[in-house]
Amino acid sequence: MKFVKHSFLFSSLLLFLSGCSALPVLDPKGPVGEAQKDLIFWSIFLMLFVVMVVFVLFTIILVRYRERPGYDSHEPEEMEGNKWLELIWTGIPIIIVILLAVPTVRTIYQLEEPPQSTRDKEPLVIHATSANWKWFFSYPEQDIETVNYLHIPEDQPILFKLTSADSMAALWIPQLGGQEYNMAGMMTEIYLQADEPGVYDGRNANFTGEGFTEHTFKVYAQEEDEFDAWVEETRQEAPKLTQDKYDELLLPGHVETQAYSSTHLEYVNHAMDAEYTLKAYERQGYDPEKEGSH
Amino acid sequence: MAWDEFFVTGDPLIFGAQISIVLTIIGIVFVLTKYQKWTWLWKEWLTTVDHKKLGVMYIISAVLMLFRGGVDALLMRVQLTMPNAEFLDSTHYQEIFTTHGTIMIIFMAMPFLIGIMNIVVPLQIGARDVAFPFLNAVSFWTFFMGAMLFNISFVIGGSPSAGWTSYVPLAGDELSAGIGQNYYLLGLQISGIGTLLTGINFLVTILKMRAPGMTLMRMPMFTWSTAITCILIIFAFPVLTVALAMMTFDRLFGAHFFTLMDGGMPMLWANLFWIWGHPEVYIVIIPAFGIFSEVISTFSRKNLFGYKAMVYSMVVIAFLSFIVWVHHFFTMGAEASVNSFFSITTMAISIPTGVKIFNWLFTMYKGRIKINTAMLWALAFIPNFVIGGVTGVMLSMAAADYQYHNTYFLVSHFHYVLISGTVFACFAGLYYWYPKVFGHKLNEKLGKISFWLFVVGFNVCFFPMYFLGFAGMPRRVHTYTEESGWFDLNVVASIGALLMALGFMVFVYSIYYSIRYAERLTTGDPWDGRTLEWSTPSPVPYYNFAKVPEVHGLDPYWEMKKQGEAEFDVNQVELEPIHMPDNSAVPFIMSILFFIAGFGLVFEWMWMGIIGGIGVLITMIVRSFDPDEGYHVEVDEIKEIERKARRKEA
Repeated sequence: MKFVKHSFLFSSLLLFLSGCSALPVLDPKGPVGEAQKDLIFWSIFLMLFVVMVVFVLFTIILVRYRERPGYDSHEPEEMEGNKWLELIWTGIPIIIVILLAVPTVRTIYQLEEPPQSTRDKEPLVIHATSANWKWFFSYPEQDIETVNYLHIPEDQPILFKLTSADSMAALWIPQLGGQEYNMAGMMTEIYLQADEPGVYDGRNANFTGEGFTEHTFKVYAQEEDEFDAWVEETRQEAPKLTQDKYDELLLPGHVETQAYSSTHLEYVNHAMDAEYTLKAYERQGYDPEKEGSH
Repeated sequence: MAWDEFFVTGDPLIFGAQISIVLTIIGIVFVLTKYQKWTWLWKEWLTTVDHKKLGVMYIISAVLMLFRGGVDALLMRVQLTMPNAEFLDSTHYQEIFTTHGTIMIIFMAMPFLIGIMNIVVPLQIGARDVAFPFLNAVSFWTFFMGAMLFNISFVIGGSPSAGWTSYVPLAGDELSAGIGQNYYLLGLQISGIGTLLTGINFLVTILKMRAPGMTLMRMPMFTWSTAITCILIIFAFPVLTVALAMMTFDRLFGAHFFTLMDGGMPMLWANLFWIWGHPEVYIVIIPAFGIFSEVISTFSRKNLFGYKAMVYSMVVIAFLSFIVWVHHFFTMGAEASVNSFFSITTMAISIPTGVKIFNWLFTMYKGRIKINTAMLWALAFIPNFVIGGVTGVMLSMAAADYQYHNTYFLVSHFHYVLISGTVFACFAGLYYWYPKVFGHKLNEKLGKISFWLFVVGFNVCFFPMYFLGFAGMPRRVHTYTEESGWFDLNVVASIGALLMALGFMVFVYSIYYSIRYAERLTTGDPWDGRTLEWSTPSPVPYYNFAKVPEVHGLDPYWEMKKQGEAEFDVNQVELEPIHMPDNSAVPFIMSILFFIAGFGLVFEWMWMGIIGGIGVLITMIVRSFDPDEGYHVEVDEIKEIERKARRKEA
């Protein structure tokens, strides 16, 4: 889709309006975010047209027919309606909706698949599991796991398999693309990809209670060989993730970034077992009834 | 349970609130006793079944709730003005946004509009009351007691903190123990009874009690909007009732509808909630459309442009509102086909809505637009609502929504539609119909000051939030870092919130000022109105119409005035005795018992729940065997009242 001729103009306008702060959603670094940005600009363009039409009509009518000295005795005629006018303002919105619906549906389907630009590459699978209030990233093929940070290779599609150990969260890395929910007992999937190396902000976007605000992580997108080196290093140097350690990490709270040379998938896949966390609480004598109230 | 677990302790803000609540109660009791107003309160208000008085009580409660929800909003804005602020801790912040959302939708927007419906609809259709006046009082008191139950949570026991959407498992007792969530469940359940009864009551009223000659297609637009809203209520509210009951069973009796354990389905809650929740937002917007239609038509001195299209577009909007609920969770990972379907149905709503916007514009076209406070609110609605509407279309595009979801872009969108739609309509309606009830206008100068403060503040507050959304700021975070880049826009938003608060204060003052100083009206028709409510004297006699008018077309009172038939002379018309319902203490007592039962269940004191429940049943039995058939107002008395009410007109 090449709707983006105007995008430079719009983005400079938007940046101007928002002061000096950057707008990561409109400054994507991957094909998913890019597709979404194109859609956003296309809709802003059409919607500005709608806004303009209404505002201009509104202003003209208000200025022209406002009661004022010299225009205060005129008795308006009654009007029932006007077939043609009403057809026009039903018809044009229908056309606008079609103009929006087509690219929307196309993009919805497109985002279900790995990005076109790297279709020859096998996607890297990462299980992203949310637990109150931390992130577990398991790399099953590499047999490593990180907590609260994420390394990915650039120019390779990443297939995130999302689930949650407890409350419903949402994985969101604005500069790479939109979010998707993590739900206990469910598995959702989302493709993301970074086109250039860099450090991106990621977070849980869906409210999960007390520690929600700091439920964040950093994404390190690296060139392929650097990424491989990082994987190798982690495999060599990081400790194994024992079940006891994992259970302990499931208790609500925040933890520092950590790395392990095995994954929690050996003990549980929360997408298959919604009850695991509550049982782990019980094993450790943690009672949310007592801790949760205030 | 120790007393310091029963009362919320340890927070200076809440301690201040507790003290002010006690002082207010002492103050009210003192005033009532000193001026010997207890009997008056009981006879005129607590036991009344008069739709106008119930309407007034609805609106007073709603304005109080607007204050409460507004204070919540200001506290949030204070906390978010600076990065890393520690004014509120995360739990307290979460309690506040939960109560803010719940109160504004359930206990402010809906009752405000239902209050206006109560006052206006019977008058617009030429009826003497609603179809079921007793039920109407039950509606009000269950709403009121539900609202009070929810509101005391912040001083007794602790507020809910899982968001107004209360997504499980977070809101279930597996992860969020404590009784706050029980307040949400029972407060909404009790007030929901009132809303459902209102829906039934007003639909029957509109279908069965219209003046002779008023066919459906001659009904005033506000009455049409009320009828459609009632249908939405009747279909949507039972879903909420069931969903709340299921979660109550989960939390109180160990059921597993939405739990993590034993195969509960948390996503079922999200679906049920929004199957109710989406029609709910149309329940608070469609009556607003009705109000704007009346105000714009009256002050343009023209009939409504495209009356039929206005009716059909509301019907279409109402129908579509039941098939868009998935757009609240496009990010749940549904199949592409599902998200596509719900994207398109959502976009489709913009078509009938656009039709309405243009019809309002062309109602003003070639009119003579009188700009006063009521009309200003209606005028401000159009551009602001269009901004809210087009961003709604942007949100409806599922693939883009993955980026907007859960961000300040969404927060801004729904405040744009709900404030410029519902809240502006409440103000417009209040300024427009206030003289009908109280016999004097609200002060125009103060009204305009409060309008400008509020509307400018509203835009300053919420427009920057679209950009905060693009900047990646999620909703419901209680603070942010300096590096996030969200500081500037948050400061701007907080300034806007302050202006809105000032606007609200001027508005409240304008009511006080107008009660004391406004000129008393000598006519029942201060705006040169078009519909039947303006043919009655102001304030309206309790039986509304001495003689039920006959209707020959749209805008019947306008026609009567044009034909010179508007003068109502008591001596010239033939009157009959009027049958009126008696006051009843049962609705008030029943609702107190509901409150007691609800309070018991919140704390899981089953004995108290059972006592309250049995009490409710007893009041129902008492009512069922009540032989009271009301009374008749005799012709002489009607003549006396009408002469008094209309003498001023001469």
